[in-house]
Amino acid sequence: MDYLLHILVVALVYTVFALSLNLELGYTGLYNFGHVAFFGIGAYASALLSLAGFPVAFSMTAGMIMAGAAGALLAVPALRLSGDYFGVATLAFAEMIRLFFLNERWLTKGPMGLPGIPRPLGIPSGVSGLPLYFLLSALVAAAVFLFTCRIARSPFGRALKVVREDEYVAQALGKNVFSLKVQIVAVGSLIAGLAGALYGHYITYISPSDFTLNETILVLLCVVLGGRGTQWGPVVGAFLIIFFQEFIRFLPIPVDFGRVVAPIQGMVYGAVLVFLMLKHPEGIIPEYRI
Amino acid sequence: MLRVEKITKRFGGLEAVCDVSLDLKRTPITGLVGPNGSGKTTLFHIITGFYHIDKGRTFFNDKEISGFPPHVISRMGLVRTFQQTRVLPFLSTRENLLCAVPTQKGEQLASLFFRPGTVKREEKQNRARADEVLALIRLAPLADELSGQLSFGQQKLLELGRILMAQPKLILLDEPTAGINPALIRQLVAVLRKLTRQGIQVFLIEHNMPLVAEICDKVFVMDSGTLIFSGPPADAIRDPDVIEAYLGKIDHAS
Repeated sequence: MDYLLHILVVALVYTVFALSLNLELGYTGLYNFGHVAFFGIGAYASALLSLAGFPVAFSMTAGMIMAGAAGALLAVPALRLSGDYFGVATLAFAEMIRLFFLNERWLTKGPMGLPGIPRPLGIPSGVSGLPLYFLLSALVAAAVFLFTCRIARSPFGRALKVVREDEYVAQALGKNVFSLKVQIVAVGSLIAGLAGALYGHYITYISPSDFTLNETILVLLCVVLGGRGTQWGPVVGAFLIIFFQEFIRFLPIPVDFGRVVAPIQGMVYGAVLVFLMLKHPEGIIPEYRI
Repeated sequence: MLRVEKITKRFGGLEAVCDVSLDLKRTPITGLVGPNGSGKTTLFHIITGFYHIDKGRTFFNDKEISGFPPHVISRMGLVRTFQQTRVLPFLSTRENLLCAVPTQKGEQLASLFFRPGTVKREEKQNRARADEVLALIRLAPLADELSGQLSFGQQKLLELGRILMAQPKLILLDEPTAGINPALIRQLVAVLRKLTRQGIQVFLIEHNMPLVAEICDKVFVMDSGTLIFSGPPADAIRDPDVIEAYLGKIDHAS
């Protein structure tokens, strides 16, 4: 039961993370390959503030805002680049952030990571706090879900789709394409920061190795598998991927093989992502039916 | 309304538009004709801000608009279509119209969450407008279909409808009748006439000379980037320069 709750919490964290990426990738067509950076900034900022003695709720909010601000700061120069180049810039940014976590020991303790991160609202660390943390994650995920639905169904969401479909038409129709993109990257980063904070305060220990390209690929896979540009797609994708990840723990793989098999996991996710993009770009829940 | 002063645009060594000046004044429908490659579309791109101007200035309602970004020019009421149809294929016909309303409150993130009532009212009004336009362009039965599923001619009409949603003062149409059947052309002409009655000015690039002669009040002719004629369409087809520009093209073709 505790184990199930644990998986559910992780799935909910990834739901929030995937919903935030879907705003950029799904609705706006922005290929952000460095989304984990904002997840990491949210996690680190919130952890550091709470370890410094600030209330956890305050720290999480501050972490979110910092991630959002970082997103806006990156977006302004990076969005001057078009298409694939934006993807490259975000990929590089995520690597910069990871190296920052790794090397700025005075702040982040480097590869040692940050242990003993407190949980919010007095939820106890360890197994006893699981049900409450599950409840908290579910509430946060539900709120974020409603927030993204509001955006998706609004004229703002429609304008994002116009930008995704044809930037020239968007301009001809009086849309400020650049401003719309910056706004959605800022909002996407803000929510990714929330997901990161939720993750850090749950696991209670973070280190730079939690925020690598692997996590970016995982969250990309959640969005693409579930169905980008849809409201439920990222939710379905996140639950499927996280449960699948836990399921493979039970595969009868001989211990000696463990070292060989572990790296294959990442390869398999990469391969599935490539396959989906080529053959089923619409994912499990298609945005539209022809 | 629209005035263009001594516009020049170079691409490398090629002068696509060379020292062109024109003034639409209050002419209801103005045509822009000329052989392929004479710089008509380039001129449209310059006027609407999609191309940077090398030399010269553009004015709209006596306000200089040269150097303005496209979305700002569009919001001033100078709205264009593209030569290739550019509907948004994965949005429905109705959504294609709704997204064309400029400066919607609902397109501001803050208003969505802090002024939901205003956004809702505005969207309701826009939907009513969209229904009117759908009736005008006779696409009401296809309102909820993906616009990518419409026929080519229907997509052309939808593009025109989309412009109407923007409540423009002047519309720039780049070959609105290219590739559509005669029945649809009549429908398009009817829509254009209705627009001019509402006081909307039309500036269009067109190759169909009989149609230009029929609907345009004035015509500008371009050849190799320069303006070679301006005046009533009836005079244009008798003008020696114009005949030479066009016959030259026919010689090449045959």
